[in-house]
Amino acid sequence: MKKRIKMIGALALGAVILASSSVTVSARERSYTYNYDYWGDVQDSPDFYTVTKVYPAEAFGLEDNFSNPQGMFVKDDMVYICDTGNNRIVQLKRTGTEQFAVERIFSSIQGDTDVKDLSQPTDIAVSEEGDIYICDQGNARIVKLDSDLNYLLQFDLPVDSTVSADSTFKPSKLVVDTAGRVYCIAVSINQGLCKYEPDGTFSGFVGATPVTYNLVDYLWKKFATQEQRQRMASFVPTAYDNIYMDQEGFIYACAGGQEEEDLDSGAADAVRKLNLMGSDILVQNGEYPVYGDLYWGEGGGYEGPSYFTDVTVLDNDIYVCLDKNRGRLFGYDDQGKTVFCFGGNGNMDGYFRLPAAIEHMGHDLLVLDTQDCSVTLFTPTEFGETVYDAIEQFDDGDYVLSGESWQKVMDLDGNYDLAYIGIGRSLLRQERYREAMDYFELKYDAENYSKAYKQYRKEWVEDHIVVIVIVILAVFLIPLSIGRVKSIKHEIDIADIFRF
Amino acid sequence: MIAALNNKIDMQRYLKSLKFALYCITHPLDGFWDLTHEKRGTYAAANTILFLTLLIRVLKLRYTSFIFITVYWEGINIFLYIASVAFPLAIFVIGNWGLTTLFDGKARLGQVYMASCYALTPYPLIQFPLMFFSNFVTVDEAEFYSVISALSLVWAAMLFIAAMGQIHEFSMAKNLLFIVASLFAMLVIIFILLLFFSMISQGVAYFISLAKEIMFRL
Repeated sequence: MKKRIKMIGALALGAVILASSSVTVSARERSYTYNYDYWGDVQDSPDFYTVTKVYPAEAFGLEDNFSNPQGMFVKDDMVYICDTGNNRIVQLKRTGTEQFAVERIFSSIQGDTDVKDLSQPTDIAVSEEGDIYICDQGNARIVKLDSDLNYLLQFDLPVDSTVSADSTFKPSKLVVDTAGRVYCIAVSINQGLCKYEPDGTFSGFVGATPVTYNLVDYLWKKFATQEQRQRMASFVPTAYDNIYMDQEGFIYACAGGQEEEDLDSGAADAVRKLNLMGSDILVQNGEYPVYGDLYWGEGGGYEGPSYFTDVTVLDNDIYVCLDKNRGRLFGYDDQGKTVFCFGGNGNMDGYFRLPAAIEHMGHDLLVLDTQDCSVTLFTPTEFGETVYDAIEQFDDGDYVLSGESWQKVMDLDGNYDLAYIGIGRSLLRQERYREAMDYFELKYDAENYSKAYKQYRKEWVEDHIVVIVIVILAVFLIPLSIGRVKSIKHEIDIADIFRF
Repeated sequence: MIAALNNKIDMQRYLKSLKFALYCITHPLDGFWDLTHEKRGTYAAANTILFLTLLIRVLKLRYTSFIFITVYWEGINIFLYIASVAFPLAIFVIGNWGLTTLFDGKARLGQVYMASCYALTPYPLIQFPLMFFSNFVTVDEAEFYSVISALSLVWAAMLFIAAMGQIHEFSMAKNLLFIVASLFAMLVIIFILLLFFSMISQGVAYFISLAKEIMFRL
């Protein structure tokens, strides 16, 4: 009897599991990679990148595990990882598609300095000449080393009236330009990026974010007493989270913790592209601003806008932003249009726990996860590689080839807006305006459509100029001549000579 | 309307009244006075103008260039789209009549409706050719479209104000006051409608639950 009850119970349980699994199958599940279309609807997409491998420290052949790694830098086939918690820097060399070999591990430097041990290095950069720059945060300095780790120079707290001289300098991220100038982000300095000349002198702040405040806070502040005002948060620029210097020397800076309403109104930017003057020159011609996910609703324990913690710029001007809120990667093209979105938070390969840094190696992407203490290597799929081909061919002026590549992309994913616009632009360059117009119209690209239509209209008028002239003449001349004939007729009718 | 067109004299009167709409839009004060006082307007013509307005508003969705109107077709409900003009018009007419009839307004309900429809004339008249024109411009020339499109709306609005003043025989100040008051009357009507529908649905729900309860007991 008892057995029978158990069996019935097991059957019932099985039925429940079956029923519930059929429910999950019928529920709409999103693909790993997705894209936003013209309307802002999420469109499933074939994978743009796939995980080649996830590397914890032992996969690199390291004895000690990473501890709270913060920074990563890639130069040619070398990867530098700042293992912040272990006060060391790991330099790896990529020896194959999946293989990395440890080049060297160092936690101290040589040469003419008192403090030789690195303390909490948070970021590293290597210049064209091979000089190494390290944000040695625990020692309140940025050190410049030659390629053999000999101390050359150090950069200290900015000497400026706005910076208190007894505050500690905590540099967190840095980039170096071709001339050897250093730009760095430091904790609790929000006047912009600290800029240092190659000789180590501080030369000013560049590229502060515009200050945003809302009217209510402003009014409160007007009526508050001195004491209350001091306790209120002051309106200060948001500090940047990370910077990246692209191959042309422009600095891409991302500022993650923006207010939702500031992002919405366009008062704040999640990513900025700074020129030498420190002003933002990022092109945002997409339908939606460059701020990652369009929908910020609560889901899976995460809410609020994407928090861009790092950015990297590929050689074809596509930049990839890393969202640490939902663990996603967002690729944008040079026009600010979404190329791909993928990722998520979790423990599976291709998902993150707390991503901190992103770098690229050719078309491959490397993402450093602080909490998981691992590096994830992404390689483009056939789909991704075709998109890159199409974009690069267009930039090189191979418009016919680019069109063909975009056609291949469209065959793989018919919901990919950029493919339609890409084919259109290729046709436009081939002076096939009529066809180009159709492609642009399908994806509501008014600017390009107008370019094509203008040429098409011009051609049409030139081809039909005779007909147009005849029609215009006819419109004016026929009523005129009818009137004339009528009046002649009338005169004949009333003329005396015809009266008998 | 079709019955009215049955004999030839009615047909002529209809065409004449439709043509009179063109006089109204160019001579609003004189035209709208004559519309009701000289009986130069007909309901058939008013219906026609309203029908054309609604029709062209729908046609615009499809035939205007995507440079000006991009339509999220999944989100379009054609009946709601038509109602978005027809319903406000209907409650404006009722609200306006209901108010003005208490304050010496001379027009009857039907005449308010007729005058409102006649005031819409510029919309189909301008928007229809503009719809085709939109397909022959680029984004650089988009301003032309926007200006002309806005013109049709401003023109219709001015005709509306003139029409209300003339048919009710109101002074300008009183006329404007009552148009604004009519807007508030519209809000009141919407409020009462909502109240009414929610009451009805709750009433129905009560009887349904009652029926269900009885079914359980049986």
